[in-house]
Amino acid sequence: MDLRFDDEQERFRQEARAWLEAHAPSPLAGHPPPLPSLDTREGFEAHRSWEGAMHQARWSVVSWPAPYGGRGVGLFEWLVFEEEYYRVRAPTRVGQNGIFLLAPTLFEFGTDEQKDRYLLPMASGEEIWCQGWSEPDAGSDLAAIRSRAERRGGDWVLSGQKTWCSRGAFADWLFGLFRTDPEAERHRGLTYFLVPLDSPGVTVRPIAQLDGETGFAEVFFEDVVVPDAQVLGHVHRGWEVAMATTGSERGLSLRSPARYTEAAARLVELWRRSHDRHPRRAERLADAVARAMIDAEAYRLHTYWTATRVLDGGQVGAESSMNKLFWSETDLAIHRTALELLGPEAELLGEDGRPGEWLDGFLFALAGPIYAGTNEIQRNVVAERVLGLPRS
Amino acid sequence: MHFAFDEQQLEFRSQLRSWAEAHCTPADLRAAWESRHGWSPDRWKMLGELGVLGVTVPADHGGLGLGLVDLALLLEEAGRSGLPEPLLENTAVAAPLLSQLPGRFGAEVRDRWLPAVARGEASVGVPVPGLSGLVLAGSDLALVFRGGALYAVETDEPSTGRRRTIDGARRLVEVDAAQLSSANRLCGPEKSTPLRRAAADRGAWAAAAVLVGAADRMITSAADYARQRVQFARPIGSFQAVKHHLAGALLRVEFARPLVYRAAWSLDEADPEAPGHVSMAKAAASDAASLAASTALQVHGAIGYTWEHDLHLWMKRAWSLASAWGDAGWHRARLLGVTDW
Repeated sequence: MDLRFDDEQERFRQEARAWLEAHAPSPLAGHPPPLPSLDTREGFEAHRSWEGAMHQARWSVVSWPAPYGGRGVGLFEWLVFEEEYYRVRAPTRVGQNGIFLLAPTLFEFGTDEQKDRYLLPMASGEEIWCQGWSEPDAGSDLAAIRSRAERRGGDWVLSGQKTWCSRGAFADWLFGLFRTDPEAERHRGLTYFLVPLDSPGVTVRPIAQLDGETGFAEVFFEDVVVPDAQVLGHVHRGWEVAMATTGSERGLSLRSPARYTEAAARLVELWRRSHDRHPRRAERLADAVARAMIDAEAYRLHTYWTATRVLDGGQVGAESSMNKLFWSETDLAIHRTALELLGPEAELLGEDGRPGEWLDGFLFALAGPIYAGTNEIQRNVVAERVLGLPRS
Repeated sequence: MHFAFDEQQLEFRSQLRSWAEAHCTPADLRAAWESRHGWSPDRWKMLGELGVLGVTVPADHGGLGLGLVDLALLLEEAGRSGLPEPLLENTAVAAPLLSQLPGRFGAEVRDRWLPAVARGEASVGVPVPGLSGLVLAGSDLALVFRGGALYAVETDEPSTGRRRTIDGARRLVEVDAAQLSSANRLCGPEKSTPLRRAAADRGAWAAAAVLVGAADRMITSAADYARQRVQFARPIGSFQAVKHHLAGALLRVEFARPLVYRAAWSLDEADPEAPGHVSMAKAAASDAASLAASTALQVHGAIGYTWEHDLHLWMKRAWSLASAWGDAGWHRARLLGVTDW
């Protein structure tokens, strides 16, 4: 056991820190000003430019091989980069669906041509991806999807509807599952497609989220023609391909621990400040503040533990469901506690009519137990695959 | 960065596990509860022969001279097996404290008692914070902090001042204040205070490690039961209500564990942040074990509420150690600088 980062990792940290401190838009002093909301056209494009700037300096996908825009560094260097990224409160990654969810699947299942075609524009922000999993009648029961792809000539023709597509309102491409063999058992007969959202027959309808902004969309497909080159993995084997993606979402890649340790550190700061102004409130909430702090740290250490196992040749299996449960609940606890510390001021919006950082974070955290597989589904997975309880 | 145990540490754990499966069965635990001290001097001797008691004893005193990282999985295993012997008090608290005793009298005490602990021929008692003057029954020597000073008192088993705890393996005896004198005084406040605080941190850490093991055992037992127990013509483990209870409890254990392992590392490295790391570990492990106990009880239903069923042997260990060495709330307060040892 050795819980120190080595000299090279520390140098990597310093290099990342120096670049981010000089370039990252952030609410912190000394940085370029924060970007407008990701869920507006203007903000989306500003975030896209930021992805481009990171790509130019080769910080957008540090763990990828150099030919695809990365630095070829390991899992711990990626975690270090994330710690530095959140430390300076740099912008939300508009490209994260592609970078953290699709890319691992492309690396595992993609042909060389597909990797050459999709990875670089993904790394640079030129092409932003959204996901197409859920449908109106297929949420937690994902295998119930009905959107279809039929063979016509040498191509595929897509029809149906996807919904809750995060970033869908302004994204360029969608990845998702379509049913290619309606006769097969429902987990079989699905195929994983990559679809440009400007294809004829695609209609994107933005959906206003809880905060009133269009963070996600529903996407309609009417006879959308897609060539074979845009099938990822084997035809009819899309379920296995998709499970690899949702595994990385719940597992290590989407929710790096830095996000929670940074928020927990801000929570402790908020608690210390409110100690002067509202000592009784602060005293009442001390226990909840310490709980949030401990849970954020537990998630960080658990990630280090898992990362070590992966580097030693192990796998992330059903534990990714435990990760998802833990980070989503921790995120909510941090933000609920912060709002309680704000007391009567918690309900106030800012001068610009938008939620402040804690209210905004709270609204975002509320989605955590729902997306990437509801926490109820995750608890079933943990009970069945880790504890060996019988399926319902 | 490499957050994992090595082959040797894992191997030592499997040795202790195999040994415990043979020598520390629920029937053995019940026998221990009926015995004089709540634990067995014979098993203590065997633990000495296994090398478990010498892990933290320096090599020149007959031990292995290893650290708390090497001890972590063994303590977790002690929690899993329900081991009634005073392992955490001797290996994590007393042995390192003996190693650090100052002065000529300190050296005499060390030379006499460290090898005896390593061989399983003696047990050294240490006071639990907040229960000053009480040490575990069956201790041959008690290291007692009183009025800022540290004393080493050889204990003849007193006939009075015995206190039972909810855990039948955990009996406490009072060290008579009349036995404390200049003759057995090891050091004054200046030297004893840092020793007392460090001992308390190690005790809290070790209790956390045992709690994680006990919690793991209770969840595993409850899952076993939920697979077998049939109601409404199905195993109760197929019901979501039961699944979600157990998954929730397991979650708290899985995320307490790395906090415990990290605290061991920090203590071994004398990291200035170690006390905070210990508090995180103890708070998380106490809560995880308490939740595991109540969840396991609920999943077992009425049978788990009986004396006859073995579940209570682990629940009671969990309740005892969750409150000893600083409970979860105390450690959270300490983390924010509101209190300290």
